[in-house]
Amino acid sequence: MRTSTFILHKSLYIFVLLFPCWVYAQANTTLLNDTAKMKLNMDAVYNRPFLTASKLPVAIGGYLEANSQYGLGNNYLEGLHFQMRRMTIFLSSSVAKKIKFFSELEFEEGTRKINLEFCALDFEMHPLLNLRGGILLNPIGAFNQNHDGPRWDFIDRPLVATGIIPTTLSNVGMGFNGKYFSRNWILGYEMYLTNGFDHKIIDNEEGRTSLNAGKQDLNKFTRSSNGMPLFSGKIAIRNRNIGELGISYMGGVYNNWRNNRIVIDKQRQLHVFAIDFASSLFKNKLNIQGEMAQIWVDVPDNFSEQYGNKQMGVYMDVIYTLLQQQILGWDKAKLNLGLRAEYIDYNIGKFKENNTKIGDDLLAFVPCIAFRPNGTSVVRLNYRIEQAHDLLNNPPTPARSIQFGFSSYF
Amino acid sequence: MKHKILFVLALSVLVSYFIACEKLMPKNPAADQVMDIPLNGLTPAQYQLFIEGDHEFEQTYTSETGLGPIFVSTSCISCHSGDNKGHPFSALTRFGQADTNGNQFLDMGAPQLQNRALPGYTPELIPNGATFSKFIAPITAGVGFLELVSDADILALADPNDANSDGISGVPNWNTLPNWVKPASHAISKNGKYICRFGRKASTYNLHQQTVSAFNNDMGVTSFFLPNNPTNHLAGTNPIPDGDPEVDNKTINATIIYLQALQAPIQRNQQDEQVKKGKDLFVSIGCESCHKQTLKTGPSAIAPLNQVEFHPYTDLLLHDMGPELNDNYTEGSALVSEWRTTPLWGLGLAANAQGQKVYLLHDGRARSIEEAIEYHGGEGSNSRSKFQQLSQLEKLAIIQFLNSL
Repeated sequence: MRTSTFILHKSLYIFVLLFPCWVYAQANTTLLNDTAKMKLNMDAVYNRPFLTASKLPVAIGGYLEANSQYGLGNNYLEGLHFQMRRMTIFLSSSVAKKIKFFSELEFEEGTRKINLEFCALDFEMHPLLNLRGGILLNPIGAFNQNHDGPRWDFIDRPLVATGIIPTTLSNVGMGFNGKYFSRNWILGYEMYLTNGFDHKIIDNEEGRTSLNAGKQDLNKFTRSSNGMPLFSGKIAIRNRNIGELGISYMGGVYNNWRNNRIVIDKQRQLHVFAIDFASSLFKNKLNIQGEMAQIWVDVPDNFSEQYGNKQMGVYMDVIYTLLQQQILGWDKAKLNLGLRAEYIDYNIGKFKENNTKIGDDLLAFVPCIAFRPNGTSVVRLNYRIEQAHDLLNNPPTPARSIQFGFSSYF
Repeated sequence: MKHKILFVLALSVLVSYFIACEKLMPKNPAADQVMDIPLNGLTPAQYQLFIEGDHEFEQTYTSETGLGPIFVSTSCISCHSGDNKGHPFSALTRFGQADTNGNQFLDMGAPQLQNRALPGYTPELIPNGATFSKFIAPITAGVGFLELVSDADILALADPNDANSDGISGVPNWNTLPNWVKPASHAISKNGKYICRFGRKASTYNLHQQTVSAFNNDMGVTSFFLPNNPTNHLAGTNPIPDGDPEVDNKTINATIIYLQALQAPIQRNQQDEQVKKGKDLFVSIGCESCHKQTLKTGPSAIAPLNQVEFHPYTDLLLHDMGPELNDNYTEGSALVSEWRTTPLWGLGLAANAQGQKVYLLHDGRARSIEEAIEYHGGEGSNSRSKFQQLSQLEKLAIIQFLNSL
């Protein structure tokens, strides 16, 4: 495993390093205007509704999402509950020609979690070479960068984007991004070095390997946990008629392997590999998107097997627009039907003691009905059917929840 | 018209949401299918403590909250999934010696091996010359009942000299108690030693000792009672007492109440003819001589535990199980081939906690009930022979009875 991940790591690294050089050679800026409206998932931060006032150099926007939930089983709260998931405020500004500022301040669960999730400056040197620095959204998978509630017909975020890739994952760092446009095609890349995770990836109260637990250090905005950067990079390609495909990688040393210049443990690597896709068919009536991510973590041999060294998750959303017309006074309102299928395995492998499969996995299906009165708001009803195995792979425990809620940009 | 239909449709969906929630939810499992539920009839205060203890039982410890540096498991529940039997993944190893003169490896970390360690630390290894045995965690449901069986009742079941000549000579495990364990008011002592009843070799006195020891030996979590982390002779350092206990007395107390107030496993299919026949055969071939179906609790402040009969299928005594189960390791006064009669309640639900397979006997070596019976030597050999002589249908009836427990 170690050899293959090393090769994978190196190959991706070289590819991402060489990619902008190749793209630069192919650049044809005359086509920019033809394709400028085409966006990639990685452009989500640019592609938000903002309110601007004349002469005011700052634009402001945001979104909120709230819902009710009635659930039973697994980790659901029993009975009916109302949840204010998040309210997010965007601020952006064109500081000067080709210098842009973007930020995203999020209030989750009321004011229990307040996070500056994104706060960056972009220096555009060339469409193929933009310098970005600040608090960045690590470009891993698609959902982490394209996670605004109003864009989704499902209330819960995909498991792969919470249990595997801990959306919203942002870190302090800097790097480059750029795009190349050609008729119906757009190619984009991002690559950043940031602060990374810490040892809590495997030493946490979740009782399983968890990038989410490893990102909680409040000092991460001023220092790295081990003085070594986390690399994250993505390349994405989109065709106007086909859809988008993204490949991304994130990796680095996660543990505190030295203290006061004394080496106290080996450098333990983390690798995350993700593929995402999105496609619209039948004149945008049928939308399909999905993401798959796999993680390799170097867990010490003598640590508990409940902390797996491999995890994976995958989801696919299929959304069909049943109606698009004036409904209840809203022009071009949409009524969508959808289904999400998702699977996550927190611990891929077998127990050393008896060579049986380790469980700790979850399969879920979520049918949904979503009403979109306009392009920026959604009212949605989800029924979530899930089945989880515990670590020992005992008979699965079923869980269900019904969720009704809404989300809107403002 | 279309709008009206849509409006009615939307309204119907919303109304359905609020009135049909219950019907779209999965049903809770029946009480006889699970083990992690409280006794009926607890007081509100006892329920509250039970819930606190339940939370503690599921708590995963980390290096920040006291785990390690060497340990076996990170939480109670990782060994006692659903308060049921353990899994080979969380089996623990005890090491020591083959005689009953006391463990000679205490300064080398005995009796329990901490086979896992936090990153940067070294787990223990069994020292040269030590003997050892592996233990899978037993069922925790119902232990509150077992704790309340009086010493007098246990002694009454003992027959050290086989006075009735049935080939069975159960004895209690007389063991020395740590100074922080207080004997019960009904306790009977002999030469400063007390009758112990918990653990595979019945070397632990009560749930207080069991809980405190498990925090320390299984998870490396210190308490007021055991303030030092486990010793690792390979680490090259002595265990350093923590300034403050890593777990407080309130947490210990809630955990104990949780264990005491767990419902005992409930038998299923009692009226099934095969199950009834199997039970009769179980008694007639002598299994019940050790696996006593009925015991009685003494006085308890927890009303559902107060002076009630219950059916654990154990006598809480040690029995010689012959060379088949001789691990060459002792605890307290238990000899190398002596094991406490395992309570059989909950046996039929073992697969629900052991990864849809079964791992029976103290170390999980038996992969079926029949195989577990085959390992019964020594005092169990007569019953084993009689079982072997039964017809296939009769054997099946016994298995069905055991699976109903």
